[in-house]
Amino acid sequence: MLQIDCPFCGARAQSEFGYERTLDSIVTLEMPADEAVRRLYARANPRGFDDELWRHAFGCRQWLVLRRHRQTHEIASVAAFDAALHR
Amino acid sequence: MSGPSRLPGGPAPTLRFTFDGVPLRARVGDTLAAALLANGIGLVARSFKYHRPRGILSAGIEEPNALVTVGEGGRREPNTRATDVYVYDGLVAHSQNRWPSLAFDLGAVNGLAARFLTAGFYYKTFFGPPSRWLLYERFIRRAAGLGKAPTEPDPDPYEHRSAFCDVLVVGGGPAGIAAARAGVQAGERVLLVEQDRAVCEAIDGARVLARTTASGVWDHGFVTLVERLVEPGQRPAPSQPAQRLWHVRARRIVLATGAIERPLTFAGNDRPGVMLSQAVRRYIERFKVLPGQRVVIATNNDAAYATADAIAAAGGSVVAILDSRAEKSPVASAAAHPVHTNAFPISTSGKRHHLHSVEADIGGERTRFEADLLAISGGFTPVVHLHSQAGGALDWDEAIQAFVPGASRQAVSSVGAAAGDLPPVGIAVADLPDPKTSFIDFQNDVTAADIDLAWAEGYRSVEHLKRYTTLGMATDQGKTSNMAALARLASVAGVTIPQAGLTTFRAPFTPVTLGALAGADGGGHAAPSRRLALYDRHQRLAPIWQPLGLWHRPRAYPIAGETLHQAALREARAVRTAAGIVDVSTLAKFAVVGPDAAALLESVCATGIAKLAVGRGRYTFLLREDGMVMDDGTVWRLEENRYLLTSSTGGADRMEAHLSYAHRVLAPHLRVSVVAQQEHFAGIALAGPLAKAILAELTGIAPPAHMGLAQAEIAGVAVLILAASYSGERAFELYAVASDAGAVWDAVEAATRARGGAPYGLEALEFLRIEKGHIVIGAEADGRTTPHDLQLERMLRKSGSFIGTAGLTRPALSVPDRLQLVGLTSETPIPEGAMLVTATGEPVLGHVTSATGRVLGEGAVALGLLAGGRLRIGERLLATSPTRNQSAHVTVTAPLFYDPEGTRYRD
Amino acid sequence: MARTARVGGMKRYSALALLKAGLTGQRGWERAWRDPEPKKSYDIVIIGGGGHGLATAYYLAKVHGLRNIAVLEKGWIGGGNTGRNTTIVRSNYRQKPLHDLFDFALDLWDGMSDALNFNVMFSPRGALFLGHSDGDMTVLAQRGDALRCDGIDAELLTRAQVQKLVPLLDMAPDARFPIHGGLIQRRGGTARHDAVAWGYARAADALGVDVIQKCEVTGFAMTGGRVSGVATTRGPIAAGRVGICVAGNSGPVAAFAGLQLPIEAHTLQAFVTEPVKPMIDTVIMSQSLHCYISQSDKGGIVLGGDPDQFPSYAQRGLPPRIEKAATEAIALVPALSRLRMVRCWAGTTDMSFDGSPILSALPVDGLYLNGGWCYGGFKATPASGWCYAHVLATGDNHPLAAPFAFDRFARGATIDEAGVGVLPQLR
Repeated sequence: MLQIDCPFCGARAQSEFGYERTLDSIVTLEMPADEAVRRLYARANPRGFDDELWRHAFGCRQWLVLRRHRQTHEIASVAAFDAALHR
Repeated sequence: MSGPSRLPGGPAPTLRFTFDGVPLRARVGDTLAAALLANGIGLVARSFKYHRPRGILSAGIEEPNALVTVGEGGRREPNTRATDVYVYDGLVAHSQNRWPSLAFDLGAVNGLAARFLTAGFYYKTFFGPPSRWLLYERFIRRAAGLGKAPTEPDPDPYEHRSAFCDVLVVGGGPAGIAAARAGVQAGERVLLVEQDRAVCEAIDGARVLARTTASGVWDHGFVTLVERLVEPGQRPAPSQPAQRLWHVRARRIVLATGAIERPLTFAGNDRPGVMLSQAVRRYIERFKVLPGQRVVIATNNDAAYATADAIAAAGGSVVAILDSRAEKSPVASAAAHPVHTNAFPISTSGKRHHLHSVEADIGGERTRFEADLLAISGGFTPVVHLHSQAGGALDWDEAIQAFVPGASRQAVSSVGAAAGDLPPVGIAVADLPDPKTSFIDFQNDVTAADIDLAWAEGYRSVEHLKRYTTLGMATDQGKTSNMAALARLASVAGVTIPQAGLTTFRAPFTPVTLGALAGADGGGHAAPSRRLALYDRHQRLAPIWQPLGLWHRPRAYPIAGETLHQAALREARAVRTAAGIVDVSTLAKFAVVGPDAAALLESVCATGIAKLAVGRGRYTFLLREDGMVMDDGTVWRLEENRYLLTSSTGGADRMEAHLSYAHRVLAPHLRVSVVAQQEHFAGIALAGPLAKAILAELTGIAPPAHMGLAQAEIAGVAVLILAASYSGERAFELYAVASDAGAVWDAVEAATRARGGAPYGLEALEFLRIEKGHIVIGAEADGRTTPHDLQLERMLRKSGSFIGTAGLTRPALSVPDRLQLVGLTSETPIPEGAMLVTATGEPVLGHVTSATGRVLGEGAVALGLLAGGRLRIGERLLATSPTRNQSAHVTVTAPLFYDPEGTRYRD
Repeated sequence: MARTARVGGMKRYSALALLKAGLTGQRGWERAWRDPEPKKSYDIVIIGGGGHGLATAYYLAKVHGLRNIAVLEKGWIGGGNTGRNTTIVRSNYRQKPLHDLFDFALDLWDGMSDALNFNVMFSPRGALFLGHSDGDMTVLAQRGDALRCDGIDAELLTRAQVQKLVPLLDMAPDARFPIHGGLIQRRGGTARHDAVAWGYARAADALGVDVIQKCEVTGFAMTGGRVSGVATTRGPIAAGRVGICVAGNSGPVAAFAGLQLPIEAHTLQAFVTEPVKPMIDTVIMSQSLHCYISQSDKGGIVLGGDPDQFPSYAQRGLPPRIEKAATEAIALVPALSRLRMVRCWAGTTDMSFDGSPILSALPVDGLYLNGGWCYGGFKATPASGWCYAHVLATGDNHPLAAPFAFDRFARGATIDEAGVGVLPQLR
């Protein structure tokens, strides 16, 4: 049960949040179709750090980006999702 | 020799309990194990495989042998450690796994066949067809298992609670109390938990939970605790739970979890009368019970000498101390006892299921001692489970021959015995003349010979060894067997113990009842039930309720003994011929407001939106990113920059997340807000040829045209009127704030009934929409169908992209033999869910997704998904349901059976 | 059938052998599998010594006569998901490509113990899906009809029949999950998971396959754009073909070849209670709930529930998933409340982006993938091995595996049993 430091709500239990997808899998409507399909169906899936999109579903409902280690569950950073930075 | 007994003096035993039906007495504060010993009972159980007589080995949670069933009826707890139950008045305990009795157990014949029933024997026999294995299994399963589960429901409540602290101290012994004090002094919020009834010393400023076990350490300082408010089988106080599961978030954790004494490995080390040395001491000093009169002590460390002192002080006789070390112990009291160095226990023998004598090897010579108690100490193993669960490493401490906590990943530290502060041990071990009866895992009857065999057969990694022999997998989770097993493995492998390996520790530290895990949700509250705002209005009409996810919606309103079908047919006919009203409150509703509202909607909806005029609505559907139809509904332009989107009940949460993602992640620049309003508004659909007249009467305004909207009042309540038709008749959806909607329902219901109409439920709604070929999310749109599959391609917006555009370009989504939406007609009922084939035994071509009898007229109609269905109009197929023994001959048609010109829902 | 003393190179297990061993102090047992040093090269290298990888090696040898094979396992065989699953075996999936593949597996399960001369304790005690509403029952009937039309056993049960089968179910009409009936596959049931790995390892080893433990693959050797071998912690090994078969570790291993897969690693937990006398005689699953319940032959009740729904390789899960599984289990079988969980564990499942396995060549020559089994791989073990052996031996997909090609996602030919699309946490 991770503890996630929501930038809006403070440190909250993982059960309030939902994992959505990795940042590099986000598909925008402007992308050409074949790039979109490629991004949709390929993941690095590392046994290390990755950048993930989560939502504080049972809290502020905001979208957050977690840099999180998938083996140790260490959370290196939590930030509000910012399209300019994260897409 | 008299076996175990209570020491003279002290308070009279006032608690009454029974064991195997025999009434006995215990003192307040006795564990069941202490009470049994006090009553001279040493035989308590039978072992799992060989049904060997077993007694009490320890005085704590690590007990592998003394498993009994405690409690009755729905409170019966099998596999309870007698050492971990405090006696209460009226406690009922039974021994397990024996027939007909503990003293005379026929299962002991297994013991005679022990040489054939070695570890893993079942992998090497019982061949033949699986049906034969089922037969063998019947006997194996009956022989397996320990206690019997209760058959009645658990009458007691359980609870979950949360707590937060700066430091969680696990263990209320001296080291734990000291750590807690230090935390209090440093101004930290301290929570201390102790699995026994009391801590060793009172402490101020800390929150103390007794009879509470730290069960698991998870991520980021999250710890689960199990608090026992009553003993097994005991009735909790009114309004109190039997057990509480705590969820604790701790900034740091201090483990003062102590150490568990290790048995020694020798032949017959499982006999009643063989006990861990510190347990003997505890029975004497705390419970005033002397587990035996003539005592042999076998040890490889100094701690057992204190036991010798305690025995002597209690009036028992220490016949010999067998010390495996070469040098005499420096302990002062050693002089008072008959100590033999270079001495090992070799075997035991018994009389009437109890220890009678011990054979020892003293400097190479064999000697036999008569004894009714053998107190053994193979050293101590720090309790490192929680440290390991938290990801901590383990280091090997050669002096104490045990794993101690090493580097820790989380803020977890260990103190006291748990950190390895323990007496050093002698390393020498004797050869085992009889490995077949030298037990390593007492509960699962795993012997040293089994380990040797596993090694010989190549099961050499620790995990293979454990799984092959089942050692460490009993209810004691290896607490008294892990180290002995590793020692044997290391010895047979010719490596050191740390080289032999170690398995990871996992929660729970001690077994946890499923009731505690479930908490209050376990008593019929396993999932919430969502009620309609208009529940009372429906309940008055005694409907058949239908669950839809967590919602309950009326399925039909039978009158005068009608069946479900009769009621639904009547209701549907009323809609077709007069009018009906149905509660549509559970539809998802979203207010999409702002200058870019249309742009957001066009990014998620696959149809046109931007050209919708103010005051108008249209059908729409949405796709997943992979191009499959995800949801459908309607969108209405209430004002220039204010839209209302409705969509399916079941997809409400998904839609809310989808809209948020589309806005905040994909198009945050859009000036729009989306507010979910599913529960805020109740919805009533009024449908039928008389609906317009009814509505005009109720509102005093001209009802809006089909796909138009209006605002009005009914019974003084503001309603939004959306002229949409799901049934195929002229219809209006009326939305009012949920708390006010009752008056609206009353008015509309009365007006509808006055005109010969009636409320209708989901069943009738199904009949009506199937006739009109309306798809339902979950039935026709099953998550695997594209717009083209569902005959929606004409509505696809041609300009701009929306979620799903890219996914739709994939070639396999436009092959001609995909499952496509079709209609089916038949003279006989069509089984919903049936497979579509050309004839029995031919390949499946599709299936029936929704089916109904015609509402007016004869025959049946259905919707289905059929391979290449669009090109199969007119074909005759068989709809077959072998599981229900039903079938129907069907004709493939277009998916529309009623009012194909669409005249009835328009003016 | 002639009862030879040796079976394919290994000493036969039998009741007679047990008797002899018992009378001679357990002398005469051989190592179940050798501990060979890895050779410099093999025709085929299988990465991953779980049930699927070992089954593949066995069928390569047994069916295709290929012996120059190695299985490389980074830890000890069967230590991954093969040792962590809840042992359910069934083929009653709705989608035809899935139920055809899993039913082929069921046929192989039927004869596995005898074929391997290792009792895997395959117990066809039935796999029952409960229905909690009329809607559920219709969905179950549809599934059953699809199965029956394809020649696979499926039987709809009434409320009364379900109660007879599982007397301890809460049959109260106002139960939170009222029982309306069920769909049972009588040929389904359970098997002893560890035995499957050991049985295939012993049989493959006896046929000459090298099962190499403590050998972790750390990279691929490439020659002209084609995989020509692997780098390992025990030295480089050349190979004609390399088959990845590592379940939850598919991503990191494929990454050695620069590939990204439509797979995400998620944790799935399960737990078992202390052993009790027989109380549940079939495998209980639910159309609406994710909870499943069965009783092992040793007597422990084995339970599982929802996956953790976020990416992880930690093999450590969220307590709320266990708690919810306990809640649902008690709602179904109230008598479970006083039983104690004695052990809980977690595996890393390779969640594919349509929920179905991937069993085919990869876009790198000489490299193949068998993965993406999500949380349903154990029941498929023999069919997975059979089909993987086929493609590794011949270069062509086995007809049953053809629908599960790697390129189906780009083509749009996904096989989505749950109908939820790409994101694994919705599955």
